[in-house]
This record gives sequence, C-alpha cells and structure tokens, in this order.
Amino acid sequence: MSAPIAHGLDAHLVVDRGAFRLDLRLQVAPGETVALLGPNGAGKTTALRALAGLEDLTDGHIALDGAVLDRPRGGGRWVPPEHRRIGVVFQDYLLFPHLSAVDNVAFGPRRRGLGRAEARALAADWLGRVGLGDFGKRRPGQLSGGQAQRVALARALAAEPALLLLDEPLAALDARTRLDTRVELHRHLAGLAGPAVLVTHDPVDALMLADRLVVVEEGRAVQEGDGESVTARPRTDYIARLVGLNLYRGTASGRTVRLASGAVLATSEALEGDSFAAFPPSAVALFRSEPDGSPRNTWRAVVAGVHRHGDHLRVRLDGPIRAAADVTPAAAAQLGLEPGQEVWAAVKAAEIRAYPA
Amino acid sequence: MRARPALALTAATALTALATLAACGGSGDDGAETATLTVFAAASLTEAFTEIGDRFEAEHDGVTVEFNFAASSDLAAQITEGAPADVFASADQKHMDKVIETGAAADPRPFALNQLVIAVPEGNPDGVTALPDLAGLDFAACAPEVPCGAAAQTAVDASGADLTPVTYEADVKSTLQKLTLGEVDAALVYRTDAIAAQDEVDAVEFPESATAVNTYPIAALADAPEPDLAAAFTAYVLGDDAWTVLETAGFQRP
Amino acid sequence: MPAKRTRQRRRVPAALLAPAVVGLAFLILPLAGLLARAPWTELPARLAEPAMLDALRLSLVTATLATALSLLFGVPIAWLLARGDFPGRSLLRALVTVPLVLPPVVGGVALLLVFGRSGLIGSWLHERFDVTIPFSTTAVVLAMTFVSMPFLIVAVEGALRGADVRFEEAAATLGAGRWTVFTRVTLPMIAPGVLAGAVLCWARALGEFGATITFAGNFPGRTQTMPLAVYLALQSDLEAAIVLSLILLAVSVAVLASLRERWTTVA
Repeated sequence: MSAPIAHGLDAHLVVDRGAFRLDLRLQVAPGETVALLGPNGAGKTTALRALAGLEDLTDGHIALDGAVLDRPRGGGRWVPPEHRRIGVVFQDYLLFPHLSAVDNVAFGPRRRGLGRAEARALAADWLGRVGLGDFGKRRPGQLSGGQAQRVALARALAAEPALLLLDEPLAALDARTRLDTRVELHRHLAGLAGPAVLVTHDPVDALMLADRLVVVEEGRAVQEGDGESVTARPRTDYIARLVGLNLYRGTASGRTVRLASGAVLATSEALEGDSFAAFPPSAVALFRSEPDGSPRNTWRAVVAGVHRHGDHLRVRLDGPIRAAADVTPAAAAQLGLEPGQEVWAAVKAAEIRAYPA
Repeated sequence: MRARPALALTAATALTALATLAACGGSGDDGAETATLTVFAAASLTEAFTEIGDRFEAEHDGVTVEFNFAASSDLAAQITEGAPADVFASADQKHMDKVIETGAAADPRPFALNQLVIAVPEGNPDGVTALPDLAGLDFAACAPEVPCGAAAQTAVDASGADLTPVTYEADVKSTLQKLTLGEVDAALVYRTDAIAAQDEVDAVEFPESATAVNTYPIAALADAPEPDLAAAFTAYVLGDDAWTVLETAGFQRP
Repeated sequence: MPAKRTRQRRRVPAALLAPAVVGLAFLILPLAGLLARAPWTELPARLAEPAMLDALRLSLVTATLATALSLLFGVPIAWLLARGDFPGRSLLRALVTVPLVLPPVVGGVALLLVFGRSGLIGSWLHERFDVTIPFSTTAVVLAMTFVSMPFLIVAVEGALRGADVRFEEAAATLGAGRWTVFTRVTLPMIAPGVLAGAVLCWARALGEFGATITFAGNFPGRTQTMPLAVYLALQSDLEAAIVLSLILLAVSVAVLASLRERWTTVA
C-alpha cells in the first residue's frame, strides 16, 4: 500500500461477508463531492457505513487527511466512529425523537465540549443557515420530511466533520419537496471545504449534486467519471438503462461493431477491438417493410412489448439486436404496433456511438 | 373474524379444563361402601394425625380420611366461609370458639395439650437452661397473632425477663426453620415441633411454659357431609389408641 | 363519512370483547369482594394506628429502595441481554427469570442460604464485619429486589430490543462515546419501557410477602411490611386484614396514578 494522500479521503474499502464482497477504491479531494451510484444491494450503503466506522473493514484502508482510520492488516488500526470526525446524513435522518430540532443540531457541538448555551447558539445559527431558524423548538415528529432532512444536514455539519457522508439524502421525500431540497443541498455541498460522499440510486441526484460519479455494482466500481462521460458512454446495462440508452458490447473493426449475436452495427467512428456501442431509443425508426436509402443499420425485429414513456411510446424489440425504440403515438397507430408483430428497425450509423470497452 | 373460532376454542378448552379440575377437587366416590372423611387440622398435628388417620382407615373399611393441614386461623376462616369439612381440630381454643360462634360446630372436646420449649441447636452450644438465658441471644418466636406466639408472650411475661425476639414468625414451623437454618440461636416452639426435629435441635424445658399450656380441641362440624364418620373419628382421637400416637409426638394428656 | 369510518375502525371485535369482559370481571371481582366485606366504620381508627402507619411507611420506603436497586443493576443486565454478544446469553436470560418462577418462600430460603448468618456470603460478613443481614430492613429490600428485579429486566430488555440501534450509530458519528450514547440517546428513547418496568417492579415489591417473611422475618417497624401485617392480621381478625389490604391498595394506586399523571404531562 502506498502512503495515503495528505488531503481528502483515500480509501480502499474491502468488506467480506461470505456471499457478498465489497471491494472499492475511493479518493475524494477536499471540496469535491463524489456520488456512489448503483442499484439496491450494490454495496453503496456498506461502503458508507465502513467509512463512518459503523462497519469493520476486512481488508484495505481508510485514511482521511493523511490519518489512517481503519486498516485491518499491517499493524492494524481502527478509530471508533466517535473519533473519526465524519458526519453522516442518514437516509431516514435518524433525528433523536426525544430532542428538539435545536438540541439535535447541538448534539455534535456538545460532544466537542461546548457548553449548553454555546452549543445551542451554534445550533440555532445552523438551523438559520438551512432556513429553519423558527423551528428550533419543534420535535422531529413535528417536522415535515423536507424540514427533517435539513435538520439532519445541519446536525451533521454543525459537528464540523472532516468528511461528510450522505446516504440517499433525498430518497424519503416526495417529488415536489425533493426538487427544492436538492437545490438547497447542492448549495451546501458546493460550500463545503472538505470531501463529501453521496450514496444514491437516483441518477438525477447523482448528476446534480456530485462532481464525480462512481458507479457501483455488486460491490465493485464499474465506471467512474464526471456526469457527462458516464451518461454519454455507459459501460453497464444498469447505467445504460438509467440514462436511457441501448448498449451493446462487441468487437470493433473499422466502422463496424460485431455483436455476440452475430449482428453487425455500422458506426460513425473507426475503432478496433473490444468495444461498446450505444444509441438512444429515439434514434430507432420502425417500418412495416424494409426501408431503403441512406447508409443505416436495418434489421428485422419482433415487437415484445409497448408501453407509455413520457409523451411517446417505448417499444421493446426482440431479434438479432434487442433494443428499445421510441415512437410517437401517431406513428404507433399507423404501424398498428402490438406484441408479436414483425417490424423493420433502422438506426443511422451517425447516431451510434462506439467506444473502447 | 377468522380469529373467532380459534379464540372460542381456546376459551372452551380452558373452561373445560377448569371444570375438570374443580370436579377432581370434590369427593368423587359416592359408592355405598366407600366414604371420604375430611378433617381440617392444625399444622402442628400433621405427623400425629396422618398416623391416626391411617389407623382409623385400617379399622373402618372403605373409609378414606383426607386432611387439610394449615394454620388454625386459616382453617377457622375456611370453615366459617363454608368449606366442606367434617371435623375441625384446632391448635387452640380461640379459633375453635370462632367456629362455634358461627354455629358451624358445637361441643368441642380437648384431646391434647402442648407446651412451649426452648429449641436450641443440637448440643446446646450457648448453654441455655432457662428463659432468662435468652437475653443477649438472637431468638425467634411466633407472632402474637398466632397461638404459639400468644403462648410465648404469656410465658415471657411470666418469667419477668425483658426478652425481645429478632423476629415474630407467622407460624411455628417457620420459627423452627430459622433455627435449623442457623439464623437464630434459639427458638420458642412447641414441644411437639422440637421433638419432630430432634435430629437437628435439642429441646430445653422451662417452668414458665406451664403458664401457657395450649389446649387442642376437636369437634365434629354441624354441616359435616359425613356426620356419623365425623363423630366416630372425634371419638377415636379421644381414645387410647390415638393417644399413644399423640404421646410419641410430644403432646400431653389433658 | 370519515367520522363514521374512524368509529368503525375503533370498534372492538366481538371475539376480543367477550373474553376481555370475562377476564376483567375475574380480575376486578375479588377487589369488589374485599370492598363489600370492608368494615368502613373501623377505617378511621385503623388509619390512626401507629403500627399500621409503621408498616405502610416501611413498605413504601423498602419498595422504592428495591426499585432503585433494580434500576441500578437491572438496566445494565437488560442491556447485556439485549445487546451483549457472548456465549451463554440465552442461558443467562433464563436464569434471570428464575425468581419469577421460584416460589417466593423458596427464594427467601435461598437468600438465607447465601446472605444468612451461616450462608455463603453471610457467614463471611458476619465474622469479618459483624454484619447480620437477616431480620433487618436491608433484608426486606434484598428480598424485594430479588423477586421484583426480573420484572424490570424483562421490560427494559424488551424496550432495548425494540429500540432502533441506528440512532445510537448516528450519535456515535456525532462524536458521542458509548457511555454518552447510552445516557443521552438510548436511555431517553427507552424511557417509557424503563418506567413501565419500574412500575411493575415497584408494585411487585410492594406486594412481596413470601421471600420477605422467610428472609427478613417479621418484626414491627423493622421488617414488618404491609403484606406481612395483613397476613398476621388475618390470623386473628379478617376484617382488620381487609382494611389493611385496602389501605395498601389505595396508597399504591394513588402513587402510580400520580406518577403516570406527572409523566404524561412532562413528556
């Protein structure tokens, strides 16, 4: 293991639990927010708990600003959660039900040795910063979901953490509150001096709140990068589905990619070797009979299903190239689309993006 | 609604079980040849009356004698509250009088006397020979509310000594138990109790106990389910055969 | 319509109501029996009796001390049982409930065998420090604690198991050490369970008879609690016993009711 970087978070999280194994490398610079994005059960929350010290590492290490917090091997070191200075905003907030909002926020400062009055004043200040200056006396049970979320954020920040962790911070909110709270949360994350790690299964939250995304599947990082690169060039079906792309893996040779099914896609970029090819459902055109004309990919497909998707219809296609296609209701009516029907699908080569695997 | 049959079933089962238990409690044998005699007797009579009961059964074919041994006060309360009993043998006149007052019994006959002794650990380590020797020792006595306690009080008063036990026990058995467990140096108990425990304790007779002789009266009860047997048993207890048993147990003849 | 629906939801199913009524009658009728037989005219005279007042005061003081001891030792035991991770935990849990099953008189004898003058610990105390526990007020408190602490442990353990451990984790991430987590988060959150346990414990201690009379004996003013006074009164005077019982009942109900009142208004 190399010496941990002197600033920010440097972690290699290994948690072995028999059937499940988390093995994730994570480096977050001060001021940076990284989102762990992945499906349920991918190990995101385990990673967060390990960082907070609520779960022991089996191997690897956690270092924060150069100090080792957990390293099971090589001498072994473990710092208990109360001494890690890592703030956590929990998914369902976990505000202490027996304490008022202001006392919840004052809890951290009190533990740092501040007197009751001082801690309360600091807490009131934090509540003001999250826009809840008038709600200090309320108990958690008397707060709305959005208010509770902001109290939870204030509570975590008031403890002046060296690292902030957020576990699905918006998941428990309704759509309307979520929108406002997300904007608010983004403002606070942007103003943060230290590193922050956000766990979410919602790509919108990840894209809007984080500077960098780490896609986690089955305990491993499968893709990493800023929002644009991850959404434009997905490397797993999970991400492709999240961002709404048809994704294929195959072998590239010049401007073609041969898929495992034997089908060949013509693309716009020249490439060699193991590659991904991706195109949006909107790029797929459907026809009753074989179309002709400009250079494009055409193939016979069978309609496997049709369902409403926004203001158009999404058609699932079976065949040599399984794909999703978006058509307008009018077009669908014209084509008389129904499951089992045979159609011709076409995608322009210019619409297909190919990139190395 | 689905819970209802299950619940009803549970309730029915429970009630049936209770009813069965209740039935077991009563005297089941109604046959012409067999009869059950129920005797309520003071706890201090347990050993002697069990023996006397066996002998009585041996002389009377088909008769079963059932005993309810408890504190005389409890027995008196049970009888006046209507418990089905044939005979009452009390450890003192007072509780017999209570039963007589309510008309549940008449014509009580004294059948035994009992006196207090000072029970001490085997070998008498503290060398107790008289009541005043108890001064400075931890000793147990019965509470004044129960017959053996009333007797103890009378005896202590008669001795003129200033003696206070460390505990006023609810009955004579637990008074003696405090001695056998080693928690006290001496206990004021009935001679019969000390004799029953003679493997562990020695009995020291003292003259003042004569001022508090306890008389055990016996009476057949007015509402006895088996009046003839009740009379027969009462007479048997007063007879010589029963007396040999009582004497062995440490009782004196009235 | 909405009002009607709430009422519909609150209606008790008949299958529950019938046994509940029967059960309640079974629980309440004996009390009614006591009330019916109570010689009300004697009540004022009884209340003024110094012996009765001594017994009542002793009962209240010792039951409260026993509850305090049970809290002091029982809450940590409950924590061990609910949160501890050690071999033999289920065996320990079973052992803790032994006093619930043990006939109290046997419990009293067992206490004598340990703390008595010739008991395992008692003999040492007696020889080294000239301390004798039986027949003392201390013995009353010990006997009460022995029989009533399991009630507290069972209630608090249940509350601890029902409490969400994640609140404790949240407190830890805010810098609270384990003791602070326990006092500032766990304990306040399970307070209703602790209170319920303490009430059960106090009530059981107040009614304690068998272990007390066996272990502590019966000496007015020192070890004669109300149940002992009631039992002895029963030997000579049923009505006096009823009056004493009713006084004990009235006082305990009054204490519990005022406690509840205070707690619900504070919370």
